[in-house]
Amino acid sequence: MSKQRKPSAGARIGMLTYHALMLAISAVFLLPFYWMTISAFKTNAEIFSDPVTWLPDPIRWENMTSLLTREDFPFVQQFVNSVFYAGTVAVLVCLSCSLAAYSFGCLRWRGRNLVFGLTVCALLMPTIVTFLPIYLAWSKIGLTGTYWPLITPFLFGDAFFIFMLRQFFMGVPRELLDAARLDGASEFRIWWQIVMPQVRTPLIIVGLFATVYTWNEFFLPLIYLQDRQAFPLSLGLFTFQSQRAVEWSVSMMGALLTALPMVALFLFTQRLFQRGLSSIGLK
Amino acid sequence: MPITSAPPEAAVLPRRNRKAERGEARAGVLFALPWIIGMTLFVAIPLVVTFYIAQTKFQIIGAPKWVGMQNYEALWSDPAFWKSAQNTLIFGAISVPVKLIIALGLALLLNRATALSGFYRTIFYLPFLMPAVAGSVVFMLLLTPNAGPVNIALEAMGLNPPDWLLDPNAALWTLILLSLWPLGVETLVFLGGLQNIPKDVSEAADLDSPKRWHKLVWITLPLITPMVLFNLVIGIIYSFQVFTQAIVIGGTTGTPAEATLMYMVVLYRAAFRYFNMGLAAAMATVLFVVVLILTLLIFKTARSWVHYEGGEI
Repeated sequence: MSKQRKPSAGARIGMLTYHALMLAISAVFLLPFYWMTISAFKTNAEIFSDPVTWLPDPIRWENMTSLLTREDFPFVQQFVNSVFYAGTVAVLVCLSCSLAAYSFGCLRWRGRNLVFGLTVCALLMPTIVTFLPIYLAWSKIGLTGTYWPLITPFLFGDAFFIFMLRQFFMGVPRELLDAARLDGASEFRIWWQIVMPQVRTPLIIVGLFATVYTWNEFFLPLIYLQDRQAFPLSLGLFTFQSQRAVEWSVSMMGALLTALPMVALFLFTQRLFQRGLSSIGLK
Repeated sequence: MPITSAPPEAAVLPRRNRKAERGEARAGVLFALPWIIGMTLFVAIPLVVTFYIAQTKFQIIGAPKWVGMQNYEALWSDPAFWKSAQNTLIFGAISVPVKLIIALGLALLLNRATALSGFYRTIFYLPFLMPAVAGSVVFMLLLTPNAGPVNIALEAMGLNPPDWLLDPNAALWTLILLSLWPLGVETLVFLGGLQNIPKDVSEAADLDSPKRWHKLVWITLPLITPMVLFNLVIGIIYSFQVFTQAIVIGGTTGTPAEATLMYMVVLYRAAFRYFNMGLAAAMATVLFVVVLILTLLIFKTARSWVHYEGGEI
C-alpha cells in the first residue's frame, strides 16, 4: 500500500482533476451565501443590475444600521430572543437527555429495551401528528404567546438527543461504574461525578446540535408566538419578508445576520459536529 | 479522582450480588423516569387525543362534538388535500433518493486525505446551518425571473430559463432542487460510516480486485448500509413534513397555482386559519398511518439489505 515514490504524472493529473471538481462543487454550495452577503451591502437597484455586479460598490454599511433601527423588524430584540431560546433549550437538553441516556447506555434494568424501543418510535414520530393536542392544552392553560410551550418539553428530554448521547454513554467502561459501586457511591453520585465528566465532549456536541436546531426552528414559534417583539429571528425574518417583499437588501441583511452566528459557531467547533454525526447509525 | 486508584480486581469480580443488581435496576428506572413522563405527555397522549379529535367537530372554542368519520369524508372530497398530498409525495419521492445519492457521492469524494479535505467538508456542511427561512429567501432572490442573477447568466448563455418559483409548471421542481442544497448532515453521516470501515478490510479488497467499482459495490456500500437506512428513514419522515420552505415561497395558498402547496401547509391552514381542528387532526392521522406503513416496510426489508457489524447489542 505504501507509495513512497514521487507521484507519477498520471497521479498528479488525477489530483488536479479531483481538486478542480471539488472546488467547482464548493462554488455551487457557496454561491447562495455569497449572493446573500453581497446583496446585503447593495441597494435594491444594485441587486438587480444587469450585467451582474459581483462586488458591492460602494459597500452600503447603512443597510446594517437601518436594519438595527427598523420598527417593523426589531432585530436586536429578536436576536436576544433567539439567544435565550436556543441557549435554554441547549442547557435543558444536555441535562435531561443525559439522565435518560445514562439509564439506557450504562444501567441494566428490566424493561430497558422496551422503553428504548419506544424512544426510537418517538424519534420517528412526525411532530405534525402530535402537535395539535399539545397546542390546545397550552392554549387552555393560557400560555400561548410565551416561550413556555417551546421550552418545557425539553425539561423531560428529546428522543433524538437521547439516542445520540446513548451511543457515547455506552462507551463508558463498565468497570468504572462497578468500582464506584463497590466504594459505596450512590447511583446519583456515579452519574454526576464519574460518568458525566467522561462524556463532557459528547455533551458539548449535543448542546451544539440543540443550539443549531433551535436557532433554526420555525414551525413551533410560528404557532405559539403572536407578538413581533417576542419572535425569534427566523420567524422575524419570515414576517418581515412576507410583508415587505420588495425590500431585498434589508431581507438579505436580516438573512445574513440570522445565519452568521450559527456559521461562526460551527467554524469554531466543526470537529465536534463531525464526531457527533459519525456516531449516528452505528448501532 | 478516587476511582482511578481503585483496586484492579474490582474490574474482574465474577458475579455481582443481587442487592447491587436491584439497586442498579431501581436507578435505571429513576433516571429514565423524566423521559418516560415526557414521552407520555408529549407523544403518547397527544397521539391518542389526535385520533379522538379527528372524529369530532372542534373549533378551539367550545367543546368537541362527535361526528364519526365526517372529517375523513370531507378530506376525501377536498381537492386541496389531494393536491397537497400529491405535491408532497412527488417532493419526497424525488428529493430523498436524489439527495442520498448526491450525499453518498460527496462522501466518497471526501473520503481521502488531502490538504483541502477539511475545507471541502466545511463548505458542504455550511448550508445545513442556514436557517430554512433565510435560505428560501436567498433562493427567491437568486431565481427571480428576468432580473435575478441565475436567469441573467442563463440568458447570457443563450438559454431560455424558466420562471422557477413563479412558474406553475416549474415551481415544485424548483422546490425539490432547493431541498438538495442542505445535505451536509447526510454527507457527514455517510463519511463517518466510510471512515469506520476497517483499514484491513479496505486493503484486502484492493488486493482482491483491481477494479474500484467492484470494491464500491461489494465492500463499501454493504458496510455503510446502516447509515443509508438512517438517512433514508429520517429523510422520508422529514420530507412528509416539509413546511418552512413551502410557506416562505408559496404562502398558505401554494402560489403559483397551488404548485408548492404541501401537506403540512394545508394542515396548518386548516388548524390556524380556519380553526377546523377536527379536519387538521384527521390529516395528521392519515399522515401517521402512511408514515407508519412506510417505516414498517423499510425496516422489514432492511433485514435483507442492512449489515450490522457484530449484530445487536
